[in-house]
Amino acid sequence: MWKFVILLAMLFTGLASFKDASQATELNPRTSARWVTDTLKVDEATGLIIDEHLPLIRANCTGCHSTKLIGQHRFTREGWVGKIRWMQQYHNLWNLGESEKLILDYLEKHYSPASASNKVPARRTPLTNIEWYKLDE
Amino acid sequence: MKQIHDRRGFLKKSALAALAGIAGVEIVFAGNMPRHYTPLLLEDPLAGKSPEMIILSDKPWNVETPPHLLDDAITPVEKMFIRNNGLAPEASINAATWTLTINGESVNKPKTYKITDLKKRFKTYTYQLVLECGGNGRSGFQPQTSGNQWDQGAISCAEWTGVRLKDILADVGLKDDAVYIGYYGKDSHLSRDPSKVAISRGVPIKKALEDETLVAWAVNGKDIPLIHGFPLRLVIGGWPASVSGKWLHTLAVRNKEHDGAKMDGHSYRVPVVHLEPGEKLAETPENFRIIESMPVRSLITYPKTGALLDSGKKLILRGHAWAGDLEVKEMHTSIDFGATWQACKLEAPKNRLAWQHWSAEVEFPTKGYYEVWAKATDSKGIMQPMLIPSWNPGGYLNNACHRIAVKVV
Repeated sequence: MWKFVILLAMLFTGLASFKDASQATELNPRTSARWVTDTLKVDEATGLIIDEHLPLIRANCTGCHSTKLIGQHRFTREGWVGKIRWMQQYHNLWNLGESEKLILDYLEKHYSPASASNKVPARRTPLTNIEWYKLDE
Repeated sequence: MKQIHDRRGFLKKSALAALAGIAGVEIVFAGNMPRHYTPLLLEDPLAGKSPEMIILSDKPWNVETPPHLLDDAITPVEKMFIRNNGLAPEASINAATWTLTINGESVNKPKTYKITDLKKRFKTYTYQLVLECGGNGRSGFQPQTSGNQWDQGAISCAEWTGVRLKDILADVGLKDDAVYIGYYGKDSHLSRDPSKVAISRGVPIKKALEDETLVAWAVNGKDIPLIHGFPLRLVIGGWPASVSGKWLHTLAVRNKEHDGAKMDGHSYRVPVVHLEPGEKLAETPENFRIIESMPVRSLITYPKTGALLDSGKKLILRGHAWAGDLEVKEMHTSIDFGATWQACKLEAPKNRLAWQHWSAEVEFPTKGYYEVWAKATDSKGIMQPMLIPSWNPGGYLNNACHRIAVKVV
């Protein structure tokens, strides 16, 4: 059993470092780290907030889609359950077993409407992140 | 793209070698990679795209154009947004052997054409056509809705070349009961399950038979790039761009509303009644109507937001406006948050369903922070709202006014 665990850990590390090298893409500025408080760290490879359950997200969610699809959204726990059921119905997502609770814990903690990484926009917010430049005509 | 998996779905040796070369290390646990897994390093749908494009998702590829990149009269391919529901074909495509089959309940007899047949048999037309994602502007909705969080750049107006679908359908011969068409493309479902279809949408027969509805092989005078549908694409302007099926190999003429993937639920549909933001509504065909013509909209494409302007200088503004199946009748800008509006110069469209160019010059009374807001009015007198319009579960049709920040210094 312990051999299997080590192999699995090595596989994750291998895939992780491999993905780091492939990270040629810019994060969407509207959904990237600026929404995150300074106590949370963002994983370079996935763009998602780092915590102990992030490897479960990598293992179960990245086979079909980009992690950017997760990071763009803020759903309640119930809302995320709905996404999982939808993927199980239409996209061949497997039964997540005991991992489901931990995955939902992660998503609810970091990607819910109430999470620290969310800011609720008003019907039209003030323009933000303006990069001022001298206009020469 | 070359085939990189072997028959069992494992990465081929050549692909692994290429990968190791790029990564600079050997891929030690290659045998443990999931079958059919395509390392991101081997895909490059962004080749030739502007580095300023905004990547919303890389699986599937969804890439947005910032408004200032859309300043060209005709959108170049390097500045064209990308929207995919599934995965682009990975096997190499041979345009010479590619075929288009017209079938369905409402054809007299199915018929198949090679691309060379289409070019030979039918007259070629070129039109500038607006392709806009139904979810353009989705990020403005509160509460947030599912889907790519587009800002305002899921829009292009390029010059498409092909043959009229109505000429092909006349050659095939239709029955009197034809009501809808549905397309099928060579893209694969995100799960890579071959029994699943990523997307298969269509339009009522009346829209299909319009002059500007093309089966196209070229954009801006060149072959359509792979990520935009090579070698054949259905191109239908003015409606959600998801009706413009890529990698087109089959068109079904239906005797009922097309029932392909992404035609149901709240996909590309909005509630028939206006909902309270966040309100739930059973996703039945009675409750949700298919989005047809897109609403009136405009962009300020020059200058880029954030311009610092010397006091006393006039500011030149320009952009484009479009209104689905309709034309844009008037274009206005405001520098005082909508208290007053000034009319802009507005050009006629190059052809039906093309966007229209507008321009204006504005002066600012004092130094300080301004926002320039732009508002188009369609030929029926409908204007863009300044606020985010009616909330809907799919986050479609947010055509609220575009604005830029300007500081007079």
